[in-house]
Amino acid sequence: MSIQEIEKEIIEEFELFGDDWEGKYEHIIDLGKSLPKIKEEYKTDDRIIKGCQSKVWLHSELRKGKIVFTADSDAIITKGMVALMIRVLSNQKPEDVVNANLEFIVKIGLKEHLSPTRANGLVSMIKQMKLDALAFLNS
Amino acid sequence: MIDVNKIRADFPILNRKVNGKPLVYFDNGATTQKPKQVIDAIVNYYSEHNANIHRGVHTLSREATELFEEARKTVSKFIGAEAEEIVFTAGTTDSINIVAAGLDLPVGSEIIITEMEHHSNILPWQLWCEKNEGKLKVIPVEVDGTLDIGLLESLITPQTKVLAVTHVSNTLGVINPVDALIKIAKQYGLIVLVDGAQSIPHMKIDVRELGADFYVFSGHKVYAPTGTGVLWMNKQWVGKLKLSRSGGGTIKTVSFDKTDYVEGALRYEPGTPNIEGVLGLASALKYVNEIGIEKIAKHEHTLLKYATERLNEIPEVEIYANHLEKAAVISFNVKGAHPFDVGTLLDKYGIAVRTGHHCTQPLMARYKIPGTVRASFAMYNTLEEINIFIEALQKSIKMLS
Ligand SMILES: Cc1ncc(COP(=O)(O)O)c(C=O)c1O
Repeated sequence: MSIQEIEKEIIEEFELFGDDWEGKYEHIIDLGKSLPKIKEEYKTDDRIIKGCQSKVWLHSELRKGKIVFTADSDAIITKGMVALMIRVLSNQKPEDVVNANLEFIVKIGLKEHLSPTRANGLVSMIKQMKLDALAFLNS
Repeated sequence: MIDVNKIRADFPILNRKVNGKPLVYFDNGATTQKPKQVIDAIVNYYSEHNANIHRGVHTLSREATELFEEARKTVSKFIGAEAEEIVFTAGTTDSINIVAAGLDLPVGSEIIITEMEHHSNILPWQLWCEKNEGKLKVIPVEVDGTLDIGLLESLITPQTKVLAVTHVSNTLGVINPVDALIKIAKQYGLIVLVDGAQSIPHMKIDVRELGADFYVFSGHKVYAPTGTGVLWMNKQWVGKLKLSRSGGGTIKTVSFDKTDYVEGALRYEPGTPNIEGVLGLASALKYVNEIGIEKIAKHEHTLLKYATERLNEIPEVEIYANHLEKAAVISFNVKGAHPFDVGTLLDKYGIAVRTGHHCTQPLMARYKIPGTVRASFAMYNTLEEINIFIEALQKSIKMLS
């Protein structure tokens, strides 16, 4: 599926919650819990995305022309956001990752996590994912 | 008893809704909300008196100068000081920097701080040490959040010149035995700075009784505008503390060869000050005086006690420094949950708490935790708000488990 198709799928999934923010956050927490574990050897300090209250470890590699992300966080809500980002951006072509505008975050009502004061590092994580993709593109 | 409903009516922001819920503001340790009296003081200044101070002969300038100097008296009375000892600064951080850069210490001096200091009472001293081959020494914090004050004496050597200590821990709320610490420090002739950022809103301060050389605080933590702060220095320091910054408004005469500075504390206030902020600060302190700081302290203690009881009932909650010798601050974690998760969910319920390291990373390292959830109270908070908070916390814990 393309990035846009996955985004559409997630938007539809979240529409079911309507105004029920508790349901929405419970879903994010569940997504966090079911995020496949990152290999322990990748949970090194140099893979920590800086500037977050919660830690995020991100690892990326290129497999058959597609970028594969694995990640983890010590906070469960952050981990749920990480899971959403991975679902959208992992297994995509690096150039598509670089160009993704990720409108779904606003559409599913999680805009607050994009604010610069948010300490969960979603913004830094997206930036790092795109930087990694760019690096693969140029290599 | 204070009339909390009447007080709440003075704080316009408390009518706000957050995420569709009535705001429960428990982040007073970071900054307090402002009563309309303070907001009005600022509006009134700009509507009626705005002019630069200490310079003009015209009426507005004279009025503004009088208001500004009147504010200095209000501040000095509030802490039992003399007006000449009050320097207006941009805040606690600014005040500490002015002191750390202005003490004429020999190269290689040692400075004692504690493990619970806010970064603002660590870094200015660390900077001094880096430039002057100095050494920072640290009084450790016990598991229960108290200081091992017996250790102070053993840390002091002939090179030790300064003790810089926070009166109240912004992270734990613990009230430090500054009297005892100052007594010991003074036996060894140390210069003492007390960081009053977290004590000024919660207890009566009398700098003469305290016996420190410097007492510093921020206006914004005591219902005043941001960007205001106070550096109180004992008289003997006025003129003796070196200038680390200089400029207009601080001089008698200037030539390119030599400058003659004014005698008083004004010499530490170069440039046009935050006039509106200082007037707001005076108004805030008057407001506190009208209600009475002792009454406020009593109310806040009731809140602290009740919140502690309620939190202790929740098995997943672990309170740091779990005793009541504290000032309206309660710091905790939920077992198995990151403070960020707890804070994020509480926010959805309209509750503002602080999460993270609270600018005390060494203290977090001491407890081996990434941070805490901190609820901190002010005069306008209520028992009912604590009930709302506890209910929201229980729901959050359920979601996170
Ligand atoms: C104990 C303590 N010291 C210093 C500061 C720094 O105050 P400001 O940021 O107003 O300069 C704070 C504020 O968080 C504090 O709580």
